Amino acid sequence: MNKRLDSMREWLDARFPLTETWKYHLAEYYAPKNFNFWYYFGSLAFLVLVNQLLTGIFLTMNYKPDASMAFASVEYIMRDVDFGWLIRYMHSTGASMFFVVVYLHMFRGMMYGSYRKPRELLWLIGMGIFFILMMLAFTGYILPWGQMSYWGAQVIISMIGAIPVVGQTLSNWILGDFMLSDAALNRFFAYHVVTLPVVLVTLVFVHIVALHEVGSNNPDGIEIKANKDPVTHIPVDGIPFHPYYTVKDIFGVVGFLIVFCGIIFFMPEMGGYFLEYNNFVPANTLQTPDHIAPVWYFTPYYSMLRAVTVNFLWIDAKLWGIVLMGASVAIFALLPWLDRSPVKSIRYKGPYFKIALTLFVISVFVLGWLGTKSPTPLYTLLAQIFTVIYFAFFILMPWYSKIDKTKPEPTRVTE
Amino acid sequence: MKKITHLLFIFCLAPLVAFASGAEVKLDKAPIHPTDKLSLQRGAQAFANYCLACHSTEYMRYNRLRDLDLSENQISDNLIFTGQKVGELMTVAMRKKEAKQWFGVAPPDLSVIARSRGADWLYTYLRKFYRDESTATGWNNLIFDKVAMPHALYQLQGIQSVAVKTVDDGHGGKHEVKELKQVTPGTLSKTEYDMYIADLVNYLVYVGEPAATKRVQLGVIVMLFLFAMLGLTYALKLEYWKDVH
Repeated sequence: MNKRLDSMREWLDARFPLTETWKYHLAEYYAPKNFNFWYYFGSLAFLVLVNQLLTGIFLTMNYKPDASMAFASVEYIMRDVDFGWLIRYMHSTGASMFFVVVYLHMFRGMMYGSYRKPRELLWLIGMGIFFILMMLAFTGYILPWGQMSYWGAQVIISMIGAIPVVGQTLSNWILGDFMLSDAALNRFFAYHVVTLPVVLVTLVFVHIVALHEVGSNNPDGIEIKANKDPVTHIPVDGIPFHPYYTVKDIFGVVGFLIVFCGIIFFMPEMGGYFLEYNNFVPANTLQTPDHIAPVWYFTPYYSMLRAVTVNFLWIDAKLWGIVLMGASVAIFALLPWLDRSPVKSIRYKGPYFKIALTLFVISVFVLGWLGTKSPTPLYTLLAQIFTVIYFAFFILMPWYSKIDKTKPEPTRVTE
Repeated sequence: MKKITHLLFIFCLAPLVAFASGAEVKLDKAPIHPTDKLSLQRGAQAFANYCLACHSTEYMRYNRLRDLDLSENQISDNLIFTGQKVGELMTVAMRKKEAKQWFGVAPPDLSVIARSRGADWLYTYLRKFYRDESTATGWNNLIFDKVAMPHALYQLQGIQSVAVKTVDDGHGGKHEVKELKQVTPGTLSKTEYDMYIADLVNYLVYVGEPAATKRVQLGVIVMLFLFAMLGLTYALKLEYWKDVH
């Protein structure tokens, strides 16, 4: 029996690099042995991606991308499709949880300097994934065609219209109409279920290939490849990804599923943060809701958009807000070149970086909270202050990371 | 472009306007029990009697009400007044266009009203109608000013009127409070009416998400399974990692 299997594998290996791929990416991919809690979120992001793809396929079987039928078709899924409610909640909760794990994954990279040389390209590919993920979230949120779907999208689309000279033409071209309507719903559906998922899956693949080329960083921020066994040439602090990290990640997956299923089964709306209450009202093109708030994962950027209230350099405050909002996302891509610290990990960085990162996290939370609120003069002032802190984290980094009092890195990974 | 930026500006300011106009009224907590099938049955009856003439729940099929331990015969005999079949959607015969002429707005579909408004809002709203000769219908509502809907349940509740009282807020300032008082009694006492509305709201919450009860039941089983798996997978991890030093 074994002999037959072996010959089958030989037959395959002569025609396809099966064993080679298995070894290169799993059985003989050496990952640092000191991964901690923060290293679960990469594999969890992959899990959520698979969840979104699978549940998404089942949703498209019953969803109707038609402005007059979309809302009803979602309710049809919730009521008349067997376990349709479960599939829909898995998808809607998955969307929010995608951002939760990706934000934690990014924060891990910021803490341990995973964006530093030689992982700059890996970080940039990750930024591409983040951008596509935001596009997916935006196009997906339109599909139920509720009031928040419609008016939230209207706000985003009006940003495109605010671009000088070409804005209006561009907006018409994107929408296929002079306003957000059935034409836009149809094409956003196409983007959401075909274009963007294909790009996302491709980028995730490239992300993993790039990761396995340079090797994983670790909480100590030192290169395990610098310390190889002289005979085997295996990093002394590395362990094969399979089976060690596969069994560890399975445990992480179950832990994640407890949270994920807890939300799906007991609080699918998550207090209005994952499914907004106003989105249970069908889209009404003639009635602007009292309060338009994006879903939680966009609220920090929305806060920064609203924070700009003065016209500057002949350019409208609103346009500055849009520029600032774009910059707040894009600036992450510059991190590999902004960080001038001699060490990578927060474990060996000095107090300046620790204070800066803490302030940055606080500002993200405060801006996120403000983004769910109606603006008042006090809230706008707060948003302005925390927008400055948010950007200061990045812009001042070349300076404070250089003069910071760092500790020496160890030569081997620590527990 | 200017138009669009204006539009954006309005979006940003719209909440302020809303804040200025909407007087906050404290909502009463709806005393509902989603698993109480008898309450849901009474709510379904109330809905069919008083609401379904104008308000559809058009994402809901009549025979779904078997969830409430009703048979198909009971459903068609007691809840369907329009000659529809039991497998059909709970629609209304009234045309939206005509309804708009009569009421100013077409009565909204109530399939997911409990999910957008919340049970407490509905429970408060349905008990806070009062007589107001200045409106087109002669009715007004404490938490939905100048609502287009007349008080469909006034025979049960009776007629209330509003009195504006000035209250000292204890900090030297004064503010106005609207209070309702019973003018004409209805066929139900106040307690009976509150219970009647609680049943109706309970039913609307059920209609908002018919799978909710099943969801929670299934969730308990899933969580038990996952916690067992958590222990097993952790043991597996420890076993494999024994030789990592």
